[in-house]
Amino acid sequence: MSKPKIAFYWAGSCGGCEVAVVDLGEKIYDVVDAFDIVFWPVAIDTKYDDIRNLEDGEIEVCFFNGCIRNEENEEIARLLRQKSKVMIAFGSCSHLGGIPGLGNLSSRDETLDYVYRKTPVFGNEDGTMPCTTCVKDGNTIDLPALRTEVSALDDVVDVDYYIPGCPPPLPVIEGAVAALMSGELPRKGAVLSTEKTVCDECDKEKRKKMVGKARRIYDDDVDTSLCLLEQGIPCMGPATRGGCKAACPSANMPCTGCMGPPPASQEQGSRMVTAITSLIAVENEREATAEEVAEALASLRDPVGFFYMYSLPTSFLKRRYNDE
Amino acid sequence: MSEIEINPITRLEGHGNIKIFTEDDGTLKQAYLQIPELRAFEKFCVGRQAEYMPQLTSRICGVCPVPHHLASIKTLDMAYNAPPTERATALRRIMHYGYMIEDHLLHFYYLGGPDLLLGPDTPVGKRNIIGIIETYGKEIASTIMEHRKYGQEMVRMLGGKAIHPAFGIPGGVSKGLTEEERDEVRSMAESCIEFAQTTLSIFHDKVMGSDFFADALKSSEYELETYNLGTVNKDNQPEYYDGDLRLTDTTGTQLANFVPFDYLDYIGEAVEEYSYMKFPFYRKLGWKGLVESPENGVYRVGPLGRYNASTSYSTPLANEEGKLLEKTLGRPCNMTLAYHWTRLTEVLNVSEMLRDLADSDILVEGELRNPVGEIQGRGVGSVEAARGTLIHDYVVDDEGLIKDVNLIVPTTHNAAAISLSIAKAARAELASGNTNVDQMNRVEVALRAYDPCFGCATH
Repeated sequence: MSKPKIAFYWAGSCGGCEVAVVDLGEKIYDVVDAFDIVFWPVAIDTKYDDIRNLEDGEIEVCFFNGCIRNEENEEIARLLRQKSKVMIAFGSCSHLGGIPGLGNLSSRDETLDYVYRKTPVFGNEDGTMPCTTCVKDGNTIDLPALRTEVSALDDVVDVDYYIPGCPPPLPVIEGAVAALMSGELPRKGAVLSTEKTVCDECDKEKRKKMVGKARRIYDDDVDTSLCLLEQGIPCMGPATRGGCKAACPSANMPCTGCMGPPPASQEQGSRMVTAITSLIAVENEREATAEEVAEALASLRDPVGFFYMYSLPTSFLKRRYNDE
Repeated sequence: MSEIEINPITRLEGHGNIKIFTEDDGTLKQAYLQIPELRAFEKFCVGRQAEYMPQLTSRICGVCPVPHHLASIKTLDMAYNAPPTERATALRRIMHYGYMIEDHLLHFYYLGGPDLLLGPDTPVGKRNIIGIIETYGKEIASTIMEHRKYGQEMVRMLGGKAIHPAFGIPGGVSKGLTEEERDEVRSMAESCIEFAQTTLSIFHDKVMGSDFFADALKSSEYELETYNLGTVNKDNQPEYYDGDLRLTDTTGTQLANFVPFDYLDYIGEAVEEYSYMKFPFYRKLGWKGLVESPENGVYRVGPLGRYNASTSYSTPLANEEGKLLEKTLGRPCNMTLAYHWTRLTEVLNVSEMLRDLADSDILVEGELRNPVGEIQGRGVGSVEAARGTLIHDYVVDDEGLIKDVNLIVPTTHNAAAISLSIAKAARAELASGNTNVDQMNRVEVALRAYDPCFGCATH
């Protein structure tokens, strides 16, 4: 009997999710023994036409990383959904939009104009831009268009499961693969990681009150044995699902939220404001005022960019609404 | 006229396709490398808080997050008037060397190398790491994985995560090494030196010894004459973390030697309608399109660019290998497939540098960071990534918000050279009547030599 087929694909991505799979190391032997990898552009020479030639549903599981940034990403997402029984959004970009999701803070035209005309290129006096169709040396060449907005995977196709993280931590990937191989999968739509928050996994001492003024990571000395948020450094720990063993705080840096919102929380920005509010309330034994919350967050000069570093397209805000 | 398309190009980082247009008689009309992706970091990083740039820009590339992280923090050191402490610089170097070893090994055993280790005509399903495991056995495969893991582990020790670490703060770093960790780094470095030598002997035996490679290495199909760019130390040897940029001509003569801050005086970028990737060029000569000519400002970066833009390697074992390279292929060397040999020589070079640094007490003693000074506006930071020179350039406002961003990434520097190499390989294959999918893989062999990273290249 032939082995079940699996596929790995990247859309608007950085390749970190691919390297995370490579970092499974010798565990990849088990995956190769159990499955036939039919598509994995970073490592295997299968082309798009080979996938088009498969039967619908012939791929057992597709691990899809990267956001939907251009028309090609969307087309291949639809193709792989059609060919796969189980579609998994792998990593922050396909799960939430990811860091490239910050592209939703400007319009497509502003973006192209900045990249090709405003940066100091010195080689583009006539203002050339990439074109969806052009004629070069008499040859007609097509190029995929950028979409007007960046989306997470489930904005364009039906998604069965989510594996969070930028990139997903090894134990989270191993857990998900083990669940797939045993066939013991949770309900559809589940995020395959712990139900805890990053704070639950962080070993820095928490005093349950603000012990420092609002500051930025490069300001005065910080006591790295204490909770960073309580010392006034913005840290997304309370608004972020665990599974990473608080990797960034363990390197004395604040969590930036890549694992996405914790269970029972729809999005990270509002969860973060709630967490700060309750920290102040516990300290004062009364409800926090708006001024106190603003003061605690005073070092944040770019709240949208920080609260939604990985999740703008799937947040309440979604994008900047403008002329398009 | 007809058209052959290779879509997507594979065993490399990022997206791309090759469009080959042929004349009626089947010969090449023109071949284009097209990069269909753009995420636009230069735009969406504007408005962000500067201190998050090392983490934001590391997401340009998950294969080479460390050089982005380090180029970014060096940019902020300058913008915040905060030169890093001696200890911080040493720790950043440890992270960088660990990364370099990992990334170069990834290319040789997983990405471009399988063409050489297994032969380019190996059936499509076997021409990859799985074929390497089957052909070379699980024992050597496990050793490969172990040494890749050493590189990743050094990044993780310092940055919390092997992929997308959190480490750099203007003026320094967030975390040091303990003595135990330093000892661990030293023993990993020793093992990496040994494994670099093993890998080089595999290269000499299986690759240099194969008919395909021996012929291809010296065939005009895989040759390209360009200028070369790389970072060098004061002795004009390849430097990976910090140094001046040296540009040399096709005879190896120095054309320019400049500090990264002045890069705009030397490098321009052209835009073509058919791709999202820009085409950098040496400004003094200008952009003449996809033409191989000493009149055109096309240059190469990466292991071969560094070899050509330098005169020797800085460590004893690597320098021995460099001399063998020079005796066999000359310097400068215009054979594109020599990228593989120079890349493996660098694994040895960096492993030796890592071992030497791991002997130093500076890793475990001293301040992790200096206080930040008054924001001075613009900063430029550059490092040598595995694939070549990486330049970050930001303007930071008084509140520490990013106002402008310009990035020139290794594979972008190589955009024109890679495109020219593809066209030459396609011309030769078509002239031999080779048009099927497996034969077209030999065109991809030309581009994989560069270890391209197209997600990076368009960013």
